[in-house]
Amino acid sequence: MTNDEIIRIINDSLIKEFELDGKKMVPEAILYENLELDSLDRVDMVIVLETAFKFKIREEKEIRDIRTLGDIHNFVINKIREIERIS
Amino acid sequence: MQLKRVAVTGMGAISPFGKGVDILMESLYKGASGVTMVPELKTIGGVRSHVAALVQGIEPGAIPRKHRRTMSKMSIYAVLACQEALTQACLPPECLFGGNMGIAIGSTVASIDTLQKFFEDYLVTKNMEQMRSTIFFQIMNHSCASNVSQALGIQGRVIAPSAACSTGCQAVGLGYEMIAFGKQEFMLCGGSDEFHPLATASFDIINAASVGYNERPSQTPRPFDRDRDGIVCGEGSGILLLESLESARRRGATIFTEIIGFSTTSNPKNIADPSAASMETCMKNALSDAGLKPQDVDYINAHATATIRGDIEECNAIHEIFGEHVPVSSLKGHLGHTMAASGSLELIATINMMKRNSIIPSLNLENPDNLCKNINLIQQMETRQIRYALKNSFALGGVNSSLILRKYENDK
Repeated sequence: MTNDEIIRIINDSLIKEFELDGKKMVPEAILYENLELDSLDRVDMVIVLETAFKFKIREEKEIRDIRTLGDIHNFVINKIREIERIS
Repeated sequence: MQLKRVAVTGMGAISPFGKGVDILMESLYKGASGVTMVPELKTIGGVRSHVAALVQGIEPGAIPRKHRRTMSKMSIYAVLACQEALTQACLPPECLFGGNMGIAIGSTVASIDTLQKFFEDYLVTKNMEQMRSTIFFQIMNHSCASNVSQALGIQGRVIAPSAACSTGCQAVGLGYEMIAFGKQEFMLCGGSDEFHPLATASFDIINAASVGYNERPSQTPRPFDRDRDGIVCGEGSGILLLESLESARRRGATIFTEIIGFSTTSNPKNIADPSAASMETCMKNALSDAGLKPQDVDYINAHATATIRGDIEECNAIHEIFGEHVPVSSLKGHLGHTMAASGSLELIATINMMKRNSIIPSLNLENPDNLCKNINLIQQMETRQIRYALKNSFALGGVNSSLILRKYENDK
């Protein structure tokens, strides 16, 4: 899976789950301020990503540092590449 | 302590006829039925009743996702009904904030549909990793009340009375008392429920659901009728905005009616069987609370769900207090039994009947049961001045409630 494909899956999943405006899905979008997500959404976002990519990330410490949509993109890409390396 | 007078200044309805009080009243006055055959019920083993009165034509998307995500259908109904009530009341937005407004909105149970979806996954996987954070807010017992407070920004008391079919009436009664005692200036009150086959099955198993009209859904339920065969479950929400009369007068609000009496009592003799004696006590207490005599009451909006026993018990209780002259009708024939919403939805209809000076007859009442003929059952539209009206709601679990309304005449 290419990085672009991963980003597309992330964006599509979040748009569908949180009824987001596709025009706002830019890497620099801040989750709380620009996408108007909150603490409950953050919990559900993890479930959405786990479902979309069939991995487990709930216990990953880096999740707590995610601020922007770009942070999510990078986190997921890194996670998938790590899984690919191990396997 | 001087009690405050309590006015109704706004009403909102989500009913099997759709969104709004206007469509509700238009449908009731033309004798429409909200009951349909529900194909899903035919597929469930052991459920003989295949009819229900389901809400049509609402747009949940009108509620922002941030609030909607924690709502099951019953909370969506409640929020939409509250919005209509507030709009009708022309209440300045600042009245919602600062703790002057409270909420008393309940449901029979929390969202069974949400619980079902959770257990469909959990019982197979024995795993909760897929559980959304918002599920709890749909299954907590005060889901409707809490979601309304969040969606509308209300900061006063939030209570969620739950007394099955008595819920809506009881919630309005509790709101009335809170305003009368000066604890809140405004209260959004009523009941809300969403349909699930478990409701139909629960009445079916105790032989209290209508099973003989599956192919003729608009002909059931049949309150007081010789050929009635039970309840038809429904859903919806009825919300009333109550405020102190002095507040309503001060801001020049339209006052639809006053609430002047309330009683809620228990029948501890049996958790399922209706009792005329217990109903009688409840109505007498409400009359006493209102300072009225039986002959003052111009109309009774009955609970009358069209069960064999319940209708007779209510007739006997009414006859014992009021004799045979006070006009009585039930709206279950039109609306089905909207459960927690029934008391408040039917209260809204009663208030509109008082305004229009005309009584809506019981739909499907063609041949009154001989055992129900001891009271004045209304079978045709009747023009009549209604100065005082009484509304009954009686619930499984033995909880009765009665409210008394007074037409506001700006006279004293």
